[in-house]
Amino acid sequence: MKIDRRKFLKLTGATGIGLGLSATDIFTKGTVEASSGHSRVSTAATRLAMVINIGKLKTDDDYQRIIDACHSIHNVPTIDNPKHEVKWIWTDTYKHSFPEQINEYHPEAFMKKRFPLLCNHCDHPPCVRVCPTKATFKRPDGIIQQDMHRCIGCRFCMAACPYGSRSFNWIDPRPHIKEKNTEYPPRTMGVVEKCTFCNERLERGEEPACVESSNGALVFGNLNDPESEVRKILNTHFTLRRKPSLGTMPSVFYVIGGEDYAG
Amino acid sequence: MYNGGKIITGLIIFVALATFPFYANFGKTVELPSELEAEPDEMHLGNIPLVNMRSEHMKLLDQWRDEVVRGGKRFIEYDGDEYEKSLQNGCLGCHEKQEFCTKCHTYAGVKPYCWSCHFAEGEEGLL
Repeated sequence: MKIDRRKFLKLTGATGIGLGLSATDIFTKGTVEASSGHSRVSTAATRLAMVINIGKLKTDDDYQRIIDACHSIHNVPTIDNPKHEVKWIWTDTYKHSFPEQINEYHPEAFMKKRFPLLCNHCDHPPCVRVCPTKATFKRPDGIIQQDMHRCIGCRFCMAACPYGSRSFNWIDPRPHIKEKNTEYPPRTMGVVEKCTFCNERLERGEEPACVESSNGALVFGNLNDPESEVRKILNTHFTLRRKPSLGTMPSVFYVIGGEDYAG
Repeated sequence: MYNGGKIITGLIIFVALATFPFYANFGKTVELPSELEAEPDEMHLGNIPLVNMRSEHMKLLDQWRDEVVRGGKRFIEYDGDEYEKSLQNGCLGCHEKQEFCTKCHTYAGVKPYCWSCHFAEGEEGLL
Protein backbone atom coordinates (compact mmCIF):
# COMPACT_ATOMS: atom_id res chain seq x y z
CA MET A 1 0.00 0.00 0.00
CA LYS A 2 1.26 3.42 -0.92
CA ILE A 3 0.68 6.40 1.37
CA ASP A 4 0.98 9.89 -0.06
CA ARG A 5 2.13 12.84 1.98
CA ARG A 6 -1.41 14.15 2.52
CA LYS A 7 -2.76 10.84 3.85
CA PHE A 8 0.27 10.40 6.14
CA LEU A 9 -0.29 13.79 7.77
CA LYS A 10 -4.00 13.02 8.29
CA LEU A 11 -3.19 9.72 10.01
CA THR A 12 -0.54 11.32 12.21
CA GLY A 13 -2.97 13.99 13.30
CA ALA A 14 -5.72 11.48 14.11
CA THR A 15 -3.32 9.35 16.16
CA GLY A 16 -2.17 12.41 18.09
CA ILE A 17 -5.73 13.41 18.95
CA GLY A 18 -6.51 9.84 20.03
CA LEU A 19 -3.52 9.70 22.38
CA GLY A 20 -4.39 13.12 23.78
CA LEU A 21 -7.95 12.02 24.57
CA SER A 22 -6.86 8.82 26.32
CA ALA A 23 -4.41 10.82 28.43
CA THR A 24 -7.21 13.00 29.83
CA ASP A 25 -8.25 9.93 31.84
CA ILE A 26 -5.53 10.85 34.30
CA PHE A 27 -7.04 14.29 34.91
CA THR A 28 -10.65 13.18 35.16
CA LYS A 29 -9.95 10.35 37.59
CA GLY A 30 -7.98 12.69 39.80
CA THR A 31 -5.32 10.18 40.86
CA VAL A 32 -2.87 7.85 39.26
CA GLU A 33 -1.34 4.79 40.82
CA ALA A 34 1.89 6.56 41.70
CA SER A 35 0.30 9.50 43.53
CA SER A 36 1.17 9.89 47.17
CA GLY A 37 -2.40 9.23 48.26
CA HIS A 38 -2.93 12.32 50.41
CA SER A 39 -6.36 12.85 48.94
CA ARG A 40 -7.49 9.25 49.07
CA VAL A 41 -9.29 8.16 52.20
CA SER A 42 -10.57 4.68 52.86
CA THR A 43 -14.28 4.34 52.13
CA ALA A 44 -14.61 0.79 53.50
CA ALA A 45 -17.37 0.16 56.03
CA THR A 46 -14.78 -0.61 58.70
CA ARG A 47 -11.37 0.88 59.29
CA LEU A 48 -10.06 -0.10 62.68
CA ALA A 49 -8.07 2.57 64.46
CA MET A 50 -6.60 3.42 67.84
CA VAL A 51 -6.53 6.67 69.75
CA ILE A 52 -3.85 7.01 72.42
CA ASN A 53 -4.69 9.49 75.15
CA ILE A 54 -1.16 10.12 76.29
CA GLY A 55 -2.27 12.25 79.25
CA LYS A 56 -3.79 9.22 80.93
CA LEU A 57 -0.49 7.33 80.93
CA LYS A 58 1.16 8.74 84.04
CA THR A 59 3.65 6.34 85.54
CA ASP A 60 6.25 4.00 84.05
CA ASP A 61 4.03 1.23 85.30
CA ASP A 62 1.19 2.37 83.03
CA TYR A 63 3.43 1.91 80.00
CA GLN A 64 4.96 -1.35 81.14
CA ARG A 65 1.58 -2.89 81.88
CA ILE A 66 0.49 -2.28 78.27
CA ILE A 67 3.70 -3.70 76.83
CA ASP A 68 3.62 -6.74 79.09
CA ALA A 69 -0.01 -7.47 78.26
CA CYS A 70 0.77 -7.53 74.54
CA HIS A 71 4.09 -9.34 74.69
CA SER A 72 2.99 -12.07 77.08
CA ILE A 73 -0.19 -12.91 75.15
CA HIS A 74 1.62 -13.08 71.83
CA ASN A 75 4.74 -14.93 72.94
CA VAL A 76 7.00 -12.03 71.99
CA PRO A 77 10.53 -12.95 73.06
CA THR A 78 12.60 -10.75 75.37
CA ILE A 79 16.08 -10.59 73.86
CA ASP A 80 18.70 -8.38 75.46
CA ASN A 81 20.88 -8.00 72.39
CA PRO A 82 19.37 -4.94 70.63
CA LYS A 83 20.40 -6.33 67.26
CA HIS A 84 18.10 -9.31 67.78
CA GLU A 85 15.34 -7.46 69.61
CA VAL A 86 11.73 -8.30 68.76
CA LYS A 87 8.99 -5.83 69.71
CA TRP A 88 5.32 -5.32 68.94
CA ILE A 89 4.72 -2.28 71.14
CA TRP A 90 7.38 -0.08 72.70
CA THR A 91 7.96 3.53 73.75
CA ASP A 92 10.09 6.40 72.55
CA THR A 93 10.54 10.15 73.07
CA TYR A 94 8.48 12.89 71.48
CA LYS A 95 11.35 13.88 69.20
CA HIS A 96 11.83 10.38 67.88
CA SER A 97 8.12 9.66 67.61
CA PHE A 98 7.16 12.83 65.74
CA PRO A 99 10.29 14.00 63.87
CA GLU A 100 8.19 16.10 61.47
CA GLN A 101 6.79 18.31 64.25
CA ILE A 102 8.66 21.57 63.85
CA ASN A 103 6.56 23.42 66.41
CA GLU A 104 8.75 23.52 69.49
CA TYR A 105 5.97 25.09 71.59
CA HIS A 106 3.54 22.27 72.00
CA PRO A 107 2.62 21.86 75.69
CA GLU A 108 5.93 21.20 77.39
CA ALA A 109 4.54 18.39 79.52
CA PHE A 110 3.29 16.69 76.36
CA MET A 111 6.68 16.91 74.70
CA LYS A 112 8.34 15.40 77.75
CA LYS A 113 6.16 12.28 77.66
CA ARG A 114 7.15 8.95 76.27
CA PHE A 115 4.89 7.63 73.53
CA PRO A 116 3.70 4.05 73.07
CA LEU A 117 4.56 3.07 69.50
CA LEU A 118 3.17 0.19 67.51
CA CYS A 119 2.25 -0.76 63.97
CA ASN A 120 0.13 2.08 62.57
CA HIS A 121 -1.98 -0.22 60.38
CA CYS A 122 -1.71 2.41 57.65
CA ASP A 123 -4.46 3.00 55.14
CA HIS A 124 -1.73 3.07 52.48
CA PRO A 125 0.76 0.56 53.86
CA PRO A 126 4.15 0.61 52.16
CA CYS A 127 5.01 -2.79 53.69
CA VAL A 128 2.14 -4.39 51.77
CA ARG A 129 3.27 -2.88 48.49
CA VAL A 130 6.80 -4.25 48.75
CA CYS A 131 6.08 -7.77 50.01
CA PRO A 132 7.10 -10.11 47.18
CA THR A 133 5.00 -13.06 48.42
CA LYS A 134 1.91 -11.15 49.55
CA ALA A 135 2.59 -12.48 53.03
CA THR A 136 1.69 -9.05 54.38
CA PHE A 137 -1.71 -7.89 53.28
CA LYS A 138 -4.48 -5.50 54.22
CA ARG A 139 -7.69 -6.98 55.56
CA PRO A 140 -11.05 -5.44 54.59
CA ASP A 141 -11.32 -4.02 58.13
CA GLY A 142 -8.01 -2.17 57.74
CA ILE A 143 -5.76 -4.44 59.81
CA ILE A 144 -2.37 -5.06 58.22
CA GLN A 145 -2.01 -8.76 58.71
CA GLN A 146 0.99 -10.96 58.17
CA ASP A 147 0.76 -14.56 57.07
CA MET A 148 3.78 -16.19 58.72
CA HIS A 149 3.36 -19.25 56.52
CA ARG A 150 4.18 -17.18 53.47
CA CYS A 151 6.91 -14.95 54.90
CA ILE A 152 10.26 -15.72 53.33
CA GLY A 153 12.19 -13.36 55.59
CA CYS A 154 13.37 -11.00 52.87
CA ARG A 155 12.83 -7.98 55.18
CA PHE A 156 11.66 -5.67 52.37
CA CYS A 157 8.75 -4.71 54.63
CA MET A 158 11.17 -3.67 57.37
CA ALA A 159 12.95 -1.40 54.93
CA ALA A 160 9.63 0.00 53.70
CA CYS A 161 8.03 0.66 57.09
CA PRO A 162 8.82 4.25 58.13
CA TYR A 163 7.89 3.56 61.75
CA GLY A 164 10.24 0.69 62.64
CA SER A 165 7.22 -1.40 63.57
CA ARG A 166 8.61 -4.66 62.30
CA SER A 167 11.11 -7.04 63.84
CA PHE A 168 13.01 -9.90 62.29
CA ASN A 169 13.63 -13.17 64.10
CA TRP A 170 17.39 -13.50 63.75
CA ILE A 171 17.48 -16.30 66.30
CA ASP A 172 15.02 -18.94 67.46
CA PRO A 173 12.67 -16.91 69.69
CA ARG A 174 11.39 -19.82 71.78
CA PRO A 175 14.07 -19.94 74.46
CA HIS A 176 13.57 -16.19 75.04
CA ILE A 177 9.82 -16.25 75.67
CA LYS A 178 9.25 -15.48 79.35
CA GLU A 179 5.75 -16.83 79.89
CA LYS A 180 4.49 -19.10 77.18
CA ASN A 181 0.91 -18.70 76.05
CA THR A 182 0.13 -22.08 74.51
CA GLU A 183 -2.96 -20.73 72.78
CA TYR A 184 -0.97 -18.44 70.50
CA PRO A 185 1.76 -19.70 68.17
CA PRO A 186 5.24 -18.23 68.63
CA ARG A 187 7.18 -17.45 65.50
CA THR A 188 10.07 -19.30 63.99
CA MET A 189 13.52 -18.08 63.10
CA GLY A 190 13.60 -16.23 59.77
CA VAL A 191 10.24 -14.47 59.71
CA VAL A 192 9.26 -10.86 60.32
CA GLU A 193 6.63 -10.05 62.92
CA LYS A 194 4.69 -7.06 64.23
CA CYS A 195 1.55 -5.91 66.04
CA THR A 196 -1.64 -7.47 64.66
CA PHE A 197 -4.17 -5.18 66.39
CA CYS A 198 -4.99 -8.44 68.21
CA ASN A 199 -7.02 -9.76 65.30
CA GLU A 200 -7.42 -13.10 67.09
CA ARG A 201 -8.93 -11.36 70.12
CA LEU A 202 -11.19 -9.17 67.97
CA GLU A 203 -12.54 -12.29 66.28
CA ARG A 204 -13.52 -13.57 69.73
CA GLY A 205 -15.24 -10.30 70.54
CA GLU A 206 -12.48 -9.00 72.85
CA GLU A 207 -10.58 -5.72 72.71
CA PRO A 208 -6.87 -5.59 71.84
CA ALA A 209 -4.72 -6.56 74.84
CA CYS A 210 -3.05 -3.15 75.11
CA VAL A 211 -6.41 -1.36 75.07
CA GLU A 212 -7.84 -3.66 77.70
CA SER A 213 -4.91 -3.16 80.05
CA SER A 214 -4.61 0.62 79.56
CA ASN A 215 -7.39 1.79 81.93
CA GLY A 216 -8.97 3.84 79.18
CA ALA A 217 -5.81 5.54 77.88
CA LEU A 218 -6.00 3.59 74.64
CA VAL A 219 -9.28 3.55 72.74
CA PHE A 220 -10.03 1.28 69.84
CA GLY A 221 -12.80 1.41 67.25
CA ASN A 222 -14.05 1.94 63.74
CA LEU A 223 -12.73 5.13 62.20
CA ASN A 224 -15.30 5.03 59.41
CA ASP A 225 -18.25 4.98 61.81
CA PRO A 226 -19.09 8.59 62.79
CA GLU A 227 -20.72 7.36 66.01
CA SER A 228 -17.73 5.34 67.24
CA GLU A 229 -15.80 6.33 70.35
CA VAL A 230 -12.59 6.95 68.43
CA ARG A 231 -14.39 9.37 66.14
CA LYS A 232 -15.94 11.15 69.10
CA ILE A 233 -12.51 11.68 70.63
CA LEU A 234 -11.06 12.80 67.30
CA ASN A 235 -13.93 15.26 66.93
CA THR A 236 -13.21 16.95 70.24
CA HIS A 237 -9.41 16.72 70.53
CA PHE A 238 -6.39 17.64 68.46
CA THR A 239 -4.36 14.60 67.53
CA LEU A 240 -1.01 13.84 65.98
CA ARG A 241 -0.13 11.01 63.66
CA ARG A 242 3.39 9.82 63.00
CA LYS A 243 5.12 11.13 59.85
CA PRO A 244 1.93 12.26 58.07
CA SER A 245 3.83 13.75 55.11
CA LEU A 246 4.68 10.26 53.86
CA GLY A 247 1.05 9.71 52.93
CA THR A 248 0.78 6.33 54.63
CA MET A 249 -2.34 7.47 56.52
CA PRO A 250 -1.67 5.84 59.90
CA SER A 251 -4.61 4.52 61.93
CA VAL A 252 -3.00 5.31 65.29
CA PHE A 253 -3.70 8.78 66.71
CA TYR A 254 -2.05 10.56 69.66
CA VAL A 255 -4.25 13.02 71.56
CA ILE A 256 -2.60 16.36 72.22
CA GLY A 257 -4.09 18.79 74.74
CA GLY A 258 -7.29 18.56 76.75
CA GLU A 259 -5.76 16.32 79.37
CA ASP A 260 -3.63 16.61 82.41
CA TYR A 261 -0.03 15.77 81.50
CA ALA A 262 1.35 15.87 85.00
CA GLY A 263 3.29 12.89 86.17
CA MET B 1 42.57 -53.34 31.79
CA TYR B 2 44.92 -50.94 33.47
CA ASN B 3 44.66 -50.94 37.26
CA GLY B 4 42.00 -53.63 36.99
CA GLY B 5 42.43 -54.77 40.56
CA LYS B 6 41.93 -51.29 42.00
CA ILE B 7 38.91 -50.59 39.78
CA ILE B 8 37.17 -53.85 40.65
CA THR B 9 37.90 -53.41 44.38
CA GLY B 10 36.53 -49.88 44.17
CA LEU B 11 33.40 -51.07 42.40
CA ILE B 12 32.79 -53.75 45.02
CA ILE B 13 33.16 -51.21 47.84
CA PHE B 14 30.81 -48.82 46.03
CA VAL B 15 28.11 -51.46 45.46
CA ALA B 16 28.43 -52.60 49.07
CA LEU B 17 27.93 -49.06 50.37
CA ALA B 18 25.15 -48.18 47.93
CA THR B 19 23.09 -51.22 48.81
CA PHE B 20 23.77 -50.99 52.54
CA PRO B 21 20.26 -49.71 53.44
CA PHE B 22 18.70 -52.70 51.69
CA TYR B 23 20.62 -55.55 53.32
CA ALA B 24 20.84 -53.80 56.67
CA ASN B 25 17.04 -53.74 56.91
CA PHE B 26 16.40 -57.03 55.08
CA GLY B 27 13.95 -59.30 56.84
CA LYS B 28 13.13 -56.75 59.56
CA THR B 29 9.60 -55.60 60.11
CA VAL B 30 8.69 -52.11 61.15
CA GLU B 31 5.80 -52.13 63.55
CA LEU B 32 2.71 -50.51 62.14
CA PRO B 33 1.22 -48.02 64.55
CA SER B 34 -2.01 -49.54 65.85
CA GLU B 35 -3.92 -46.53 64.58
CA LEU B 36 -2.94 -47.44 61.04
CA GLU B 37 -4.09 -51.05 61.33
CA ALA B 38 -7.69 -50.06 61.83
CA GLU B 39 -9.95 -48.53 59.23
CA PRO B 40 -9.27 -44.82 58.73
CA ASP B 41 -10.99 -42.62 61.29
CA GLU B 42 -13.12 -39.69 60.42
CA MET B 43 -11.56 -36.41 61.41
CA HIS B 44 -13.77 -34.28 63.62
CA LEU B 45 -13.82 -30.89 65.30
CA GLY B 46 -16.01 -31.04 68.36
CA ASN B 47 -19.19 -32.58 67.00
CA ILE B 48 -18.52 -31.63 63.40
CA PRO B 49 -17.70 -34.64 61.23
CA LEU B 50 -14.99 -33.69 58.79
CA VAL B 51 -12.92 -35.58 56.23
CA ASN B 52 -11.03 -38.86 56.19
CA MET B 53 -8.28 -38.34 58.72
CA ARG B 54 -5.55 -40.41 57.14
CA SER B 55 -5.69 -39.11 53.60
CA GLU B 56 -7.22 -35.65 53.96
CA HIS B 57 -6.13 -34.02 57.24
CA MET B 58 -3.23 -32.16 55.69
CA LYS B 59 -5.43 -30.68 52.98
CA LEU B 60 -8.01 -29.57 55.52
CA LEU B 61 -5.38 -28.00 57.79
CA ASP B 62 -4.03 -26.15 54.79
CA GLN B 63 -7.53 -24.93 53.93
CA TRP B 64 -8.16 -23.84 57.53
CA ARG B 65 -4.89 -21.94 57.54
CA ASP B 66 -5.93 -19.88 54.54
CA GLU B 67 -9.45 -19.33 55.81
CA VAL B 68 -8.29 -18.18 59.24
CA VAL B 69 -5.17 -16.20 58.41
CA ARG B 70 -6.13 -14.68 55.10
CA GLY B 71 -9.92 -14.81 55.26
CA GLY B 72 -10.34 -13.92 58.94
CA LYS B 73 -12.93 -16.71 59.32
CA ARG B 74 -11.75 -18.41 62.50
CA PHE B 75 -14.89 -20.15 63.70
CA ILE B 76 -17.24 -22.80 62.36
CA GLU B 77 -20.80 -22.88 63.61
CA TYR B 78 -22.38 -26.28 63.96
CA ASP B 79 -25.56 -27.27 65.78
CA GLY B 80 -25.60 -23.94 67.59
CA ASP B 81 -22.02 -24.31 68.85
CA GLU B 82 -18.93 -22.47 67.67
CA TYR B 83 -15.63 -24.24 67.03
CA GLU B 84 -12.22 -22.76 66.33
CA LYS B 85 -10.42 -23.96 63.23
CA SER B 86 -7.07 -24.48 64.84
CA LEU B 87 -4.33 -27.07 64.95
CA GLN B 88 -2.97 -25.74 68.22
CA ASN B 89 -6.22 -25.00 70.06
CA GLY B 90 -8.50 -27.38 68.18
CA CYS B 91 -6.70 -30.69 67.52
CA LEU B 92 -3.99 -30.38 70.15
CA GLY B 93 -6.43 -28.88 72.63
CA CYS B 94 -7.71 -32.44 73.21
CA HIS B 95 -5.24 -34.85 71.61
CA GLU B 96 -1.71 -35.41 72.71
CA LYS B 97 0.78 -34.65 69.96
CA GLN B 98 3.09 -37.61 70.52
CA GLU B 99 0.27 -40.14 70.12
CA PHE B 100 -1.88 -38.22 67.71
CA CYS B 101 0.64 -36.80 65.23
CA THR B 102 4.22 -37.89 65.77
CA LYS B 103 3.61 -41.64 65.80
CA CYS B 104 2.27 -41.88 62.26
CA HIS B 105 4.48 -39.11 60.92
CA THR B 106 7.52 -41.05 62.10
CA TYR B 107 6.23 -44.25 60.49
CA ALA B 108 5.47 -42.45 57.23
CA GLY B 109 8.80 -40.61 57.31
CA VAL B 110 7.28 -37.15 57.00
CA LYS B 111 8.48 -34.12 58.90
CA PRO B 112 5.87 -31.40 58.67
CA TYR B 113 7.08 -28.00 59.86
CA CYS B 114 3.84 -27.14 61.65
CA TRP B 115 5.64 -27.61 64.96
CA SER B 116 8.22 -24.93 64.39
CA CYS B 117 5.50 -22.52 65.53
CA HIS B 118 2.40 -24.34 66.69
CA PHE B 119 3.22 -25.99 69.96
CA ALA B 120 1.13 -27.88 72.45
CA GLU B 121 1.28 -27.66 76.23
CA GLY B 122 4.65 -28.82 77.51
CA GLU B 123 6.09 -29.54 74.08
CA GLU B 124 9.27 -28.02 72.77
CA GLY B 125 10.56 -30.42 70.11
CA LEU B 126 10.25 -29.83 66.42
CA LEU B 127 9.41 -33.33 65.21
